[in-house]
Amino acid sequence: MKLTTLTIAAVMAAGPVMADLVFPSLSYRTGPYAANGIPFADGYEDYFTLLNERDGGIGGVPIRVLECETGYNTEKGVECYESTKGEGALVYQPLSTGITYQLIPKATADGIPVHSMGYGRTSAKNGAVFSNIFNYPANYWDGASHAVTHILNENGGDISGTKIALVYHNSAYGKEPIRTLEELSAKHGYEFLPIAVDHPGQEQKSQWLQIRQQRPDYVLMWGWGVMNQVAIQEAANIRFPMDKFIGIWWSGSENDVLPAGAGADGYKALTFHNLGKDFPLYDDMQKYVVDAGKAAGAGDQLGTALYNRGMYAAMLAAEAAKKAQEISGVADITPAQMRDGMEALEITEELMTEIGLPNFGPTFSVSCENHGGNGLGAVAQWDAGAGKWSLITDYYQSDQDIISPLVAEDSAAFAAESGITPSCS
Amino acid sequence: MPDQVLFAMEVMLNGLMAGVLYALVALGFVLIYKASGIFNYAQGVMALFSALTLVGIMEGQVPFSHLINAIFGTDIHHFGWHVPALVAIILTIAVMILFAWLVQKVIFRHLVNQEPILLFMATIGLAYFLEGFGDLMWGSEIKRLDVGLPQGINEWIDLTTFEAFGYGFFIDNLDISATIVAIFLVAGLIVFSQYTKQGRALRAVADDHQAALSVGISLNFIWVLVWSVAGFVALVAGIMWGAKSGVQFSLSLIALKALPVLMLGGFTSIPGAIVGGLIIGVGEKLFEFLIGPMVGGATENWFAYVLALVFLVFRPQGLFGEKIIERV
Repeated sequence: MKLTTLTIAAVMAAGPVMADLVFPSLSYRTGPYAANGIPFADGYEDYFTLLNERDGGIGGVPIRVLECETGYNTEKGVECYESTKGEGALVYQPLSTGITYQLIPKATADGIPVHSMGYGRTSAKNGAVFSNIFNYPANYWDGASHAVTHILNENGGDISGTKIALVYHNSAYGKEPIRTLEELSAKHGYEFLPIAVDHPGQEQKSQWLQIRQQRPDYVLMWGWGVMNQVAIQEAANIRFPMDKFIGIWWSGSENDVLPAGAGADGYKALTFHNLGKDFPLYDDMQKYVVDAGKAAGAGDQLGTALYNRGMYAAMLAAEAAKKAQEISGVADITPAQMRDGMEALEITEELMTEIGLPNFGPTFSVSCENHGGNGLGAVAQWDAGAGKWSLITDYYQSDQDIISPLVAEDSAAFAAESGITPSCS
Repeated sequence: MPDQVLFAMEVMLNGLMAGVLYALVALGFVLIYKASGIFNYAQGVMALFSALTLVGIMEGQVPFSHLINAIFGTDIHHFGWHVPALVAIILTIAVMILFAWLVQKVIFRHLVNQEPILLFMATIGLAYFLEGFGDLMWGSEIKRLDVGLPQGINEWIDLTTFEAFGYGFFIDNLDISATIVAIFLVAGLIVFSQYTKQGRALRAVADDHQAALSVGISLNFIWVLVWSVAGFVALVAGIMWGAKSGVQFSLSLIALKALPVLMLGGFTSIPGAIVGGLIIGVGEKLFEFLIGPMVGGATENWFAYVLALVFLVFRPQGLFGEKIIERV
């Protein structure tokens, strides 16, 4: 009897506790990027809290969110991964391109899926090479194409002779769209002017003087943190028309536009989800999470761009977990089953309406060949007077004629250097 | 005049203005180093903390509200009033004086006669403490700072240069304000150090601690005074930089912009900080304009540190620093 008790205790201690569905949250609530990390982390955790409080978890199994502070630091992010993976982690949202790159080989070897939503390695879209990495519903190359599509739409489909500048963070992240924009430049005949900004981007006088002197018709921005606020202020200073200034989704939060005040009015940003809190789900969020005193933060971030993104990421993870339960026939799923659920994920408007998020995000489906979704994205515009973002376009389809060969080329290079045989069997 | 020459002139003028902003940060380092031999790693965080405090007071924010709400289950964030900028600046200066007193009382009083590297390490600890304390006290969201300084293109310069050259120069009104503030600040510091009793005492301590003590100058008082003045300079830098980007935790990184300025101008010279700032500002902007496009751009930080390195090799004490001669 004693031996049996000891054996059970040893098994319990040695193996992960399987009574919960574990979703780690690699957050950054401290450091220079905390202002962006906090709303995302709050949205991510609050959605799971809502499922626990309202539905009793997913498929009857309670959810446990394991939050680990990365400070937006790659080394700390990897430490967080190593320290939480043994807890039965189902999927990681690294929330940093640097951490994602580090986790690609590790998570693949450990059999744990990674969801880098709108960041990370773009060619991870090719699931035949990146078996455990997912980047639906859109990636940076989709974003570059969405911006150009928007400019095309504004100019009657002809932008030959137009000059488009890209103000970008001088890092791997900031350089991501350059190749795509070059290819699109060759296709549509616009002049492309890339302008790099040194990290962290507090001083951008040279770059904006260059823009003033070169007079581009449009400026795109791939920025992060303080670079965004300074760029928007400098654009306002040189009186660059804000409706011709389009940022990637990581340059499109309230944090980015509020410091410039009225000067930011009309600034545009790409997005792959809707904004504000005019959705039925938020009534439940208020009732079961905020009013119940169970919100991850102060409960004052609901509806902000980054809170919505964190909440959307959690919703997609929860739906993938449901799909995994459906496929495997068990409620207490493993990371491998979660991966299968993510690969079979299908987001329809009916499902979104059922969740309480009608017209919140694009419809898309995932497959082994396509871990990146359908590449849909829209454009939002900032109204400084009302203090809110609004979607001003439908969801655009990115130019897959340009992007697909780039994904194939980059993923093939990764497969060759990593000794991976692409497979979807 | 060819366009490229006009553009270069515009870049040079903007470089001068940027240099003033760098110099504002460097001044705080110089003041403390000159008086106590401490390289204050926390100077950038002091700029952040002072700017956070200023916005918090102006907006009537309840300090430590997140902590209070978490402990007592309350939901308070604001007092419901707004404080005029001038009053808030005076209150912030008072907070920075209190901070200086605490730093002296709690940290540096216990480290008298210790190795400079220990004092430097203490300021690293202070920087991390202050950053976390500021986060806890005022929250980590990005805050808009508006103390009434004009921002945006200066119309008069734009019009005048357009009439003269056919191309209107861009100069930011905020940069002009920063230049005027810097001129008054440096003039004030010079008057203070040359013509006031406390200023002379400060110079005496800077020259020789032991001799200053022997004539009855209180080292404690002088160090509190110099940290207070450095806190005030940090506030000025925080206002200028915070007005550009909003007050946020990246503000502490402006210290990185001051290091090459210090290496160039010398760690002990107020005029050196100004001249160093101007050289770095103009140099990095012109380099980015002329050479940047050939090498992919984003050369400013690289250029500033390489220029500083060159100066270190040929003139280790900087342009205006005191040459240290140690005889065996």
